[in-house]
Amino acid sequence: MSDKSEMNNTAAQSGEEPIIRVSHLKEYFPINTGFIRTKPLKAVDDISFSIREGETLGLVGESGCGKTTAGRTILHLYKPTEGDVFYRGKPIRTKQDITEFRKHATMVFQDPYSSLDPRMTVADIIGEPLDIHHMYGSKQERRDKILELMDRVGLNSEHAARYAHEFSGGQRQRVGIARALAVDPDFVVCDEPVSALDVSIQAQVINMFDELQDQMHLTYLFIAHDLLVVRHISDRIAVMYLGRMVELADADEIYDRPLHPYTKALMSAVPVPDPKVARANQRVQLKGEIPSPLNAPSGCPFHTRCPYAADVCRESMPAFEEVEKGRFVACHRVKEVN
Amino acid sequence: MALLEVKDLHTSFFTDAGEVKAVNGVTFQLDRGKVLGIVGESGSGKSVTAYSIMQILAGAGKIVSGSIVLDGMELVGADEKVMKHVRGNKVSIIFQDPMTSLNPTYTIGKQLMEAIMLHTKRNRKEAWDRAVEMLKLVNVNEPEKRMKQYPHEFSGGMRQRVMIAMALACEPDILIADEPTTALDVTIQAGILELMKDIQKQIGMAIIMITHDLGVVAQLCDEVIVMYAGGICEQGTADEIFYNPRHEYTKGLMRSIPTTSNAGRKLEPISGTPIDLLNMPEGCPFAPRCDQAMNICIHRKAEKKVINSEHYAACWMNEKPN
Ligand SMILES: Nc1ncnc2c1ncn2[C@@H]1O[C@H](COP(=O)(O)OP(=O)(O)OP(=O)(O)O)[C@@H](O)[C@H]1O
Ligand SMILES: Nc1ncnc2c1ncn2[C@@H]1O[C@H](COP(=O)(O)OP(=O)(O)OP(=O)(O)O)[C@@H](O)[C@H]1O
Ligand code: SF4
Ligand SMILES: [Mg+2]
Ligand SMILES: [Mg+2]
Repeated sequence: MSDKSEMNNTAAQSGEEPIIRVSHLKEYFPINTGFIRTKPLKAVDDISFSIREGETLGLVGESGCGKTTAGRTILHLYKPTEGDVFYRGKPIRTKQDITEFRKHATMVFQDPYSSLDPRMTVADIIGEPLDIHHMYGSKQERRDKILELMDRVGLNSEHAARYAHEFSGGQRQRVGIARALAVDPDFVVCDEPVSALDVSIQAQVINMFDELQDQMHLTYLFIAHDLLVVRHISDRIAVMYLGRMVELADADEIYDRPLHPYTKALMSAVPVPDPKVARANQRVQLKGEIPSPLNAPSGCPFHTRCPYAADVCRESMPAFEEVEKGRFVACHRVKEVN
Repeated sequence: MALLEVKDLHTSFFTDAGEVKAVNGVTFQLDRGKVLGIVGESGSGKSVTAYSIMQILAGAGKIVSGSIVLDGMELVGADEKVMKHVRGNKVSIIFQDPMTSLNPTYTIGKQLMEAIMLHTKRNRKEAWDRAVEMLKLVNVNEPEKRMKQYPHEFSGGMRQRVMIAMALACEPDILIADEPTTALDVTIQAGILELMKDIQKQIGMAIIMITHDLGVVAQLCDEVIVMYAGGICEQGTADEIFYNPRHEYTKGLMRSIPTTSNAGRKLEPISGTPIDLLNMPEGCPFAPRCDQAMNICIHRKAEKKVINSEHYAACWMNEKPN
């Protein structure tokens, strides 16, 4: 991406400083390919975008496209291979920056079954971040804080001494959320927080994310593969494909009028829970399989499956550019295909 | 006569903690060439209903009573020889995770050919041709080359398509698909659903589609069964179920999912937690979570009531004069 488009990216998001700005972020994993030889797996490859204070940015894309890695790298749970993350305009670079950043930025994990230590009580799971950051003056204060958090996420305070495995999936996810909120963050990366839950429980947890956002003035990066859930909760949505960001726009806009050929296919593939709409839906069928990120295609990463691919697509990487106000797309042929 | 008639089916698991009544009086019919969806929350008995038809229940599971008539033949109490024939030639099942059903140490071709030779009268050469033809049918590219590859060399979506090919190779009358696309990405899922629909039209088989995903149901199914706590709470054509739900659980389910029209608004979740099958309430099993529950709901089970010729529901709200 050119520096000019990055300036636009930030400028377009109103005058004020975004809470998170990601600039040319890369995360490459070295993969052994033989005797002492390694090859980089480009899990996240040069993504740049900003998140405004108070908004929910949805992040979607198919399995393996780099969503989780992007979330973890932004939080510096992985050290970025290249690029920067700015929190309220300040780059996160030193160890000290990271420690400070973690008091403001936390993560809710996908799997409520495996992400909680079965030998810890609920109170200790929620209290652990408080211990790490020395965030209380007395045992009583710690206890009060834990009970307040449990109350916030709708857990019965009488259950504080129970173990996580005694809870249902929905309750476990609440424990995970209470833990993420313990340090009183203002930015939370939510990685598939409702995917493992039954639909009726899913709705309870989605509503809770909404309410907590209002009460605690939270900003979310909300990762999920269920596009209807993401659309429901997000203000804007970013779409990734093979480690790259291909489109970023307002949630309704991207859903109703996708511009990138991959987004078009993705949106048309969503099974809509309405028989009449489903019958009328014209699907964009994609040919072929998603390429391995170890052998990403030359040029546009989507050209092997794109119905509109031309020579230029095979030769050069399209820039992630603002094609309409507040709307970013990485496609050489965005004008022709729309 | 319907192709499949299930009548008052009861299936239980006899565990140390007691009898788990997983399927609790299920009755439905399936006609040739139709797609029937079964939805309902986790643990409501969808898979056990399917496994009862196939009689592939885990050790502690038993059909306690009821009848399952396939093409005029009673399956409850039938001996294993009959069931083997049914499982191979009449009803096929595909599971959520294709890796558990494919043998990692044999090539895809060998596994397909064995299934074909076991269930149809074909020799090796004919089985090979048939296998290649099936792979083509499910859109696996370069099928001859793919025949010689092992399951781990296939992507998740391709493995699921191989499973479909295998299930279809013996030309079943009924294909049972138990969450066949839950583990797959939406674009891959869309391809597989499209494919199932195509094949179903081509060869005229019936499909029982078990899923959590109401979007999948809307796209694929002619009829829908909604299960709650081991029983059917509502049953009807897809349009009736989506546009005219008449059981409070179904209504709650519809309100709790994000759709294209309720974006930005609050979802209305179903309150409470799923039922404990070891401690079933005496009345309507949904009463403890139902906003509309009346006195009678707590004490008496509602009978199945005819809403119209295409629609049944078991909910006391339908008895209320309005
Ligand atoms: N620690 C790691 N070491 C090596 N490769 C990794 C590591 N973590 C992720 N990858 C690879 O990086 C790519 C992106 O993975 P990531 O988990 O970020 O995808 P995702 O979009 O979150 O997928 P999903 O929807 O399945 O969760 C994948 O090819 C994955 O195999
Ligand atoms: N082998 C078993 N032993 C004991 N109980 C079982 C066994 N298999 C299933 N059950 C119980 O039977 C009930 C119905 O299970 P079933 O697998 O049919 O649910 P389901 O509707 O398919 O749910 P899901 O959507 O999670 O797949 C559940 O309460 C389950 O705990
Ligand atoms: S750049 Fe070319 S290949 Fe890539 S999405 Fe656009 S048209 Fe398709
Ligand atoms: Mg992930
Ligand atoms: Mg099941």
